[in-house]
Order: sequence, then structure tokens, then C-alpha cells
Amino acid sequence: MTLSREQITERLAAVGYVADRELPVALQLMDMLDRPLLLEGEAGVGKTEVAKALSAVHGTPLIRLQCYEGLDQSTALYEWNYQRQLLAIRAREGAGADPYEVEQDIFSERFLLERPLLAAIRRPDRPVLLIDEIDRADEEFEAFLLELLSDFQVSIPELGTVKAASIPRVVLTSNSTRELSDALRRRCLYHYVDYPDVERETRIILARVPRIATALALQIARLVEGVRKEELRKVPGVAETLDWAAALTGLGVENLHAAPETVHETLRCLLKTQEDRARVTPEVSARLLGKVA
Amino acid sequence: MMCRVPAEAGDVSEAGTYMARRLSAFMRTLRDNAFAVGLKEGADAAQVLASPLALRRDSLRSALKALVCACRSDWLKFDAVFDAFWLGRGVRLVVPIAANTPRTKRAEQRHLPGRELEQRFQPSLGEQVPAAGSNTEDRDASATGRMEGATRAERLAETDFRRIHDPEAIAEAHALAARLARRMRTRLSRRERARLKGRRLDLRRTIRRNVAHGGVPLELVWRRRKRKPLRLVVLLDTSGSMSLYTSVFVRFIHGVLDHFHEAEAFLFHTRLVHVSAALRERDAGRALDRLSLLAQGVGGGTRIGESLATFNRWHAKSVIHSRTCVMIVSDGYDTGTPEAIADEMRRLARRAKRIVWLNPMIGWDGYAPSARGMQAALPFVDLFAPAHNLKSLAALEPYLARL
Repeated sequence: MTLSREQITERLAAVGYVADRELPVALQLMDMLDRPLLLEGEAGVGKTEVAKALSAVHGTPLIRLQCYEGLDQSTALYEWNYQRQLLAIRAREGAGADPYEVEQDIFSERFLLERPLLAAIRRPDRPVLLIDEIDRADEEFEAFLLELLSDFQVSIPELGTVKAASIPRVVLTSNSTRELSDALRRRCLYHYVDYPDVERETRIILARVPRIATALALQIARLVEGVRKEELRKVPGVAETLDWAAALTGLGVENLHAAPETVHETLRCLLKTQEDRARVTPEVSARLLGKVA
Repeated sequence: MMCRVPAEAGDVSEAGTYMARRLSAFMRTLRDNAFAVGLKEGADAAQVLASPLALRRDSLRSALKALVCACRSDWLKFDAVFDAFWLGRGVRLVVPIAANTPRTKRAEQRHLPGRELEQRFQPSLGEQVPAAGSNTEDRDASATGRMEGATRAERLAETDFRRIHDPEAIAEAHALAARLARRMRTRLSRRERARLKGRRLDLRRTIRRNVAHGGVPLELVWRRRKRKPLRLVVLLDTSGSMSLYTSVFVRFIHGVLDHFHEAEAFLFHTRLVHVSAALRERDAGRALDRLSLLAQGVGGGTRIGESLATFNRWHAKSVIHSRTCVMIVSDGYDTGTPEAIADEMRRLARRAKRIVWLNPMIGWDGYAPSARGMQAALPFVDLFAPAHNLKSLAALEPYLARL
């Protein structure tokens, strides 16, 4: 059943994901047009979270395939369980079983190891299939994936063709370390996940960090916005903001202006390289703090 | 013409037909603005139009946005194109390509949604290109007429690259690029062979692979160095001061993209534009056509620092790998601060293996790289060389091949 935009927004909020204006529509379109969704954005803006939230929204399981260089079909799609096959053959050697029957048996379902892609298309309940960091996989794998995403069927030589029991909802994420093929881009709906603005980031902090005061959350969001505008090598993402917020609440800070030293010391939650840390001197952090009303 | 309307969307009602026609005009506008919109997108858009999403403007906008965008640059410009078309806001400013060609003007689209294509005529913007820009032979004659320095003005006019579609010159540029690509590649494969001597059996993978054969190693897996061909990334300055040389280098880049295994091209003036996709078109004429669409602002001022910053921020990550040579073609005349250039060059140097700076001005007698921007950039450049026409590019071949 297709959920409307309002329902999706509501349910996203209920599972703790604070979406921007456009995401719910894209999620609704996924169902309407049966197309995968390609998410792009800087590291740490919460692309993977979208898939998790989506599975919670629809109440279906999340199946995740993490891509890396050298990822091949046997780790992504399926593989035979060789150890069990060998055991099964050994076990029947003495019994004088019919070789043909043994062969039939060891290439049956029981000995098939499902990997994420096969698992996703064989489930009847429309799972969410998250293909994470597709830009890290090789181009050949991308081509293979494209084929799978258009046919939703897999042929296993020993078993025959496996058709999808239900079309999974597919979410792909990319950090754009490599240009994706045009074919894949055109196959997918597109959503660019940006750093949240102050208002949305405040809501994210409130939703994710337990027992935090609204005023503090707002101050944190404003300060992080200032930090993102600095010339940094690694711009802090939402996860860093949440770490920092948790650190501050853990240290009992209630107002950033009351504890400028703690603020400066804990800024390392946001700054992940030596260079950035050297750049944000106490003066810089004081200046940033000064801008926060 | 490209947008088939599925049955459920092609409602018999007149409003439905009108909307469908407006939608297909919108799809054409998108295509004019370099969105990759095809049949499938058209059909899907029609389906969106027939759904409740079309009842509100912001949800329709978001839906079409998710549907037709394919990358970040699409994503950033979509809202402007959408507003320009459906609300008639900011047409001239944000869609200069469309605004330059009468066929996409809003008023006409409203009244003649189906006929713009027939009315299409080629904008004759040739006169906006300095006459010498299309002709390399004129170069020597126009020594006095060459422009030095840079302006900050952004030129919104569409420069017509079609005028530089000269088959002979293109063939020549291609031959050079091919030669260069070959030389860079031969050297590469020689290196490769030396490495391959150390080729060993990959035990782990061999065992893993042969479990299926009961441990009998039938399929052997070898270990070898990964091939990483040299990638050439060209950043071409197409500002007014460079206009004499633009055509030469555009042809050369077309050749480079055609012959190199891996190459990317960018144009910059006041902004940076990624043009690889357009130039990869096999047919030079079509490639230049598409380039004209992309390269609004060509022939205006220069902001090297800002353009490099855009490159470093958004493109470097995906186009530069460990064996990448960045070739910047610019005269170094810039309106930004030299510090900005130095900062960005430092950042670029950290990523790229080699940086070549080709400066057409060196070809002139008595030119010293005195432009402040040039001075700031020099410490980070591995090869600083003159190049103002194909001949001088060809003379550089041995140096480039050594990189």
C-alpha cells in the first residue's frame, strides 16, 4: 500500500528521523514508480539513516549491502555452502546412495547461502535494501546491479531462475568518490542530502539526545553551523553534532556561554583531523561562541 | 514529442490535456537546460501529474525534482528552472540558455506549447565571440589586439562553440591528443611489466575459490598490481583574456577525452563547469553544440581562485586519484586575490600527482609571468610551459609524456 506524503512525514518523525521538506515526497515516489532512490551527500549527513528510517516507516526489515572495492557476486548475491555439501557427500558415501540423487540434493535450497541481494528479492514482505556506498564498488558490479534492479530476477545455474517474491525498496548511497554511470543515475530517483539548517539540526538533537534542553540544542546547532563555515578539511556531520551534544550534556553543561573552556575542549568531537584542530584555536572557538545568541 | 502520456494520465478532460502539454513543454525546457530527461522520465512525470502529489505546488516540485535530477548540479539548478517555467519568475537570470533562445520564453510556451520545436532557430551569437577567437591563424596578426588583464564582469551570453567546428583543425588536435595518449600509455605499460615480474599466486583467494572443487586447486587466482592508467584532468580558462586560444584548446580537450583512457575536462571563467560529458560526444559538431549550452559566461571575467575552490570542494574528490595529472590552461590574469589562488593551488597540489600549467602568454616576446595570480600559483606547479597553438602543444609532447 502506498503511503501518502503526510503519513510518511508523520511516521518518519515517529521513528526519530527529522526529514527535510523534499524527502517524504521522494520516498512516496519510490513506491509509486517502483524506482530505487539514490542518495548523495557529504559524509555524515545521515544518508544511511534514511534507509533505516524507511524500513521503520514501512515496518519491513532492512537488508544492507556494504560495497567495497572487489565486491563480487559471491559475497553480494549467493554462494553454495561448500562445507555442508562436502559433508553431505561424505555422509552418504558409505550408504551407496544414487549419485544422481546426491547431486540433486546438494544443489538444493538447503545448501544455498543467501547473500544480501538474493535475500532481498526472495523475501515476501518488501524489505528495504540498502546498497551503501555504491561508489566504492567496481564498475562491473555497478553494471550487474543495474541489471538486477531492472529485472529483479537472478539465475542460479544449478537451481534455475529466482524471481523476486516482492520488489524490495532499494536505497543506494554514494559519497561521490567516483562518478556513477549515467545509466544507474537515470534508473534512480535522486535526492541530495545536505547538512541540516539550524532549525532542523535542533530538532534532530532534540530527537536523538535524551534529556537535553531546547535552548542548549539550539545553541549547539548554531555553533555547529558556524564551525561548518570555517575552512576545515573535514566538515563535521550530524553524527559529530550528536556526539558533541551528548558530551556536553554528559558534562552537565546547560549553557554554552557559561562554560567556554569546556566548549573549546569538547570541540574535538567535531574536529577530526590534527590540522582542523590546530586551526580552531581558543580565540576561534570564542569567536564562534560569540556569534551564538 | 518525447513525453508519452500513459492512459490514466491522459484523462479525457480538457484540463488534463492542457496540463499534459504543459508538462511536456516543461520536460523540453529541462532538456534545454542539460537535464537528462528521456521517455521514461516523461512517462513517470505524467504519472506524478495524475497523482495527488500534483495538487500542491511544493509537492509537485519535490516529486519532479527527485524524478529528473541525476546529480548535485541538477539538484541545485532544478528549483530555479521549475520556478522560471511554472511561475514565470527570474527567467532571464537563472536560465540564461533558455532565455537566450526565444523558443523557451515563457509567454510563448503558454500559448504554443507544442510548437516551439518547429520554431527553433539557431541563435547567431557568433558576433559576440571576438572574431579572432575562431581562427588560430589570426593570432600572430592580432598581437596588438590581444586582451590582457581580467574583468570581473560575468558574461551571460551564450558563446557559440560551433563556430570553431573546423574539421581539419579538429583532426589535427585529435592526432596530437592521440599521440600524447599513446606515449603516456606506452610508458605506463612498460612500468606495468616490471611490476608484473613479482606476480605471485594469491593463496587466500585460490583456496577460497577452490573449496567448491573439494580443495583441489583447479582455478588459480594470481596477484598482480592494479592498473591505474594516468588520468588527465584539464581545467581550461575560457575568460575574455583567453579568447584567442579557447578554440585550440577546446579541440585539444575533445581529442584528449576521446583518446585517453581516463580524462576529465572543466571550463572556468567566473564559474567552473564540468564539461566531460558534453565533450565525450564522438561527433565533434554535436560535442561543441552541447558545450555551447553548458558554457554560458564564456568570454567574461576570470575568477581563478574561486573556480579552483569549486573544483577542490566538489570535484577533486571524484576526479583525482593517485595517478592524476592536472593540466591548467590559463594566462593567470585574475580578479581575485593571489592569496586565494595560492591557497587553492596548495590544496590541489596535495591531491594531484602532477600539476602542469600551460600559459599561452609565454609565447609572446617579453612576457614574464608577472600576473599576480600566476606568481602565487607558480610554487605549486610542476611544469610551467608555453602553449598557444597546436604546434607549441606538440612541442611539449616529450615533457608531458615524462610526467
